[in-house]
Amino acid sequence: MSLSKTITLTLAAVLALTLAACGNNATGGDIRLQGAGATFPNPLYQKWVSEYGKQHTNVKIDYQSVGSGAGIKQIKERTVDFGASDSPMKDEDLKAAPGEILHIPTVLGAVVITYNLGGVAQPLRFAPDVIADIFLGKLKKWSDARIKADNAGVTLPDTDITVVHRSDGSGTSAVFTDYLSKVSPEWKEKVGAGTSPNWPTGIGGKGNEGVTGQVKQTPNTIGYVELAYAVQNKLPAALIKNKTGSFVEPTIDAVTAAAAGSLANTPEDLRVSITDAAGPTAYPISSYTYILAYKAQTDQIKGKTLVDFLWWGIHDGEKFAKDLQYAPLPEEIIKRAETKINSMTAGGQPLR
Amino acid sequence: MNERAGGQRPPLNEKLRRALSPTGNTGDAIFRAAMFAVALLMVLIVMAMILALASHSRLSIRQFGFGFLTNREWNPIKDQFGALAFIYGTIVSSLIALVISVPLSLGIAIFLVEQAPHYLSRPITFLVELLAAIPSVVYGVWGIFVLAPFLRVHVDPQLARWFGWLPLFQGPITGIGLLTGGIILAIMVTPIISAVVRDVLSAVPNTQREAALALGATKWETTLVVLVNGAPGIAGAVILGLGRAIGETMAVTMVIGNRPEISLSLFQPSYTLASVIANEFTEATADIYLSSLIELGLILFFVTFVVNAIARLLVWRVTRKTAGVGMAA
Repeated sequence: MSLSKTITLTLAAVLALTLAACGNNATGGDIRLQGAGATFPNPLYQKWVSEYGKQHTNVKIDYQSVGSGAGIKQIKERTVDFGASDSPMKDEDLKAAPGEILHIPTVLGAVVITYNLGGVAQPLRFAPDVIADIFLGKLKKWSDARIKADNAGVTLPDTDITVVHRSDGSGTSAVFTDYLSKVSPEWKEKVGAGTSPNWPTGIGGKGNEGVTGQVKQTPNTIGYVELAYAVQNKLPAALIKNKTGSFVEPTIDAVTAAAAGSLANTPEDLRVSITDAAGPTAYPISSYTYILAYKAQTDQIKGKTLVDFLWWGIHDGEKFAKDLQYAPLPEEIIKRAETKINSMTAGGQPLR
Repeated sequence: MNERAGGQRPPLNEKLRRALSPTGNTGDAIFRAAMFAVALLMVLIVMAMILALASHSRLSIRQFGFGFLTNREWNPIKDQFGALAFIYGTIVSSLIALVISVPLSLGIAIFLVEQAPHYLSRPITFLVELLAAIPSVVYGVWGIFVLAPFLRVHVDPQLARWFGWLPLFQGPITGIGLLTGGIILAIMVTPIISAVVRDVLSAVPNTQREAALALGATKWETTLVVLVNGAPGIAGAVILGLGRAIGETMAVTMVIGNRPEISLSLFQPSYTLASVIANEFTEATADIYLSSLIELGLILFFVTFVVNAIARLLVWRVTRKTAGVGMAA
């Protein structure tokens, strides 16, 4: 009997402690926000959370990088306070949500074309139709006259091109195929744009690291990875011919320029694709990444905290972007995002 | 590997039977009820999993019906979903794994049981079992950085040169594809199969060996007799290995190329059921897309379930047989 008594007592003690711990959280004034979504901006959001937490010790924000798709799903089901996605939500997803969801752009990213060609030192240059035909499997040899045309002075081998693409569903693939759909009618018709397209050719690598691994290990390959990853791993990056006809190197400034070049066709709700942007210095395979939040917040305290955090993010938070290889938002877009944040309410009352 | 207890099973069974028999003792009754509850829990978990998978894949089952199994098109952008390419990739990569690992495992097990001196068999057994404990992602990374380049440079060109007339070894060589996926699986299942086969061979009564030797059989012929005796158990071991190969996710996805395509050539990229679920689950937003992925899970569950059931049955047969002889080692 004494053994079971001990067990009962221990259980009771554990239960009491647990309850006390929970009680502390509630009465201690900690405000918890839960976010989930895109993996691409995760390093930046973790930085934001930790920096913001230093300044506001009673705010605990937890961001889980579960993927854009899961982020959209969770904000729709209201299981998180904010979601995050690389591509804007579709109209039907917005309609299915229980309330109006706002898109707050936070930073910009880009997709880089990388390759493994022994003996080629200077960066390759590609025209949009050449990229599309390579990934369609129509342009098969590195020595093809159409590649040579833009790369005078580079000795290209007479070998087959092996395409490497992402195998996991990914915002990077979505941005890249969105670009290909804009520059190639054939791509748009045959493949289309999405997180997991049905690739006409090539081998799939899991994640940026999988694509990089296969490109690095296999000669004569071509693949695509996100800008931050390419810079950190010092991968060769191709120059891409943009809408105005100039070959642009993938840099942070060229990505911000793409956003600035797309202002004219950026709609009021900020849901926009900025691939194939106008402007002589714009890098054509760029995109926004968004935080998703309900316009009408249900909880006044949490809503206020979220609004303050977002406001801090697009102002003070932007300065962390460049170090982490993200492109900061152009001024005009920050102003428009401010309007979005200012429109958020709780119980009909504005939160800012 | 859990067959190591095979030899000691009869006494354990008897103990259990005694404990389970109603003796009027309260402690026994409680013990019996508790054990029954635990066993029942397992059954309930399996049932709950099947139910959950089936109910969440309802949408896809209703929309695609039986055609889901025979359609090779997988295009999330156009909402076209079919499982055939994944089923093909899963089965073929697992078969390649078996073709390579079965002779290898048999050799290891025969050496350990029939030939190796004690000071060798102990450490080798330990090493083989250690291989089984390495996480699959480690195999995958090794596959990308070591195995795939090695195959691309040294093995695949030779296969294409000598066996290129077979459709199996045609097409461009990248080192990534069905063959590489199969080989990495073979390396992963070899420890499992050889460990179980070793236990099966040890369970073959020594009288069999003595009888063969007494009749003038050579070492080789004696081994053959032992193998024939252990055949159902060996088959069980192979099927356990097959089960592992079918369900393997990370290592395969890193080297198989991940293309839902059915091609005769083993150099071409392919895709497996487990890999596509792991790869595409996080970004599956549309309901029909998610539902189709879950239906792939249901198919995978059934394949693994059936394979494991067969393995259990075969292993049970061989242990019962040797126990019947009454000479369990």
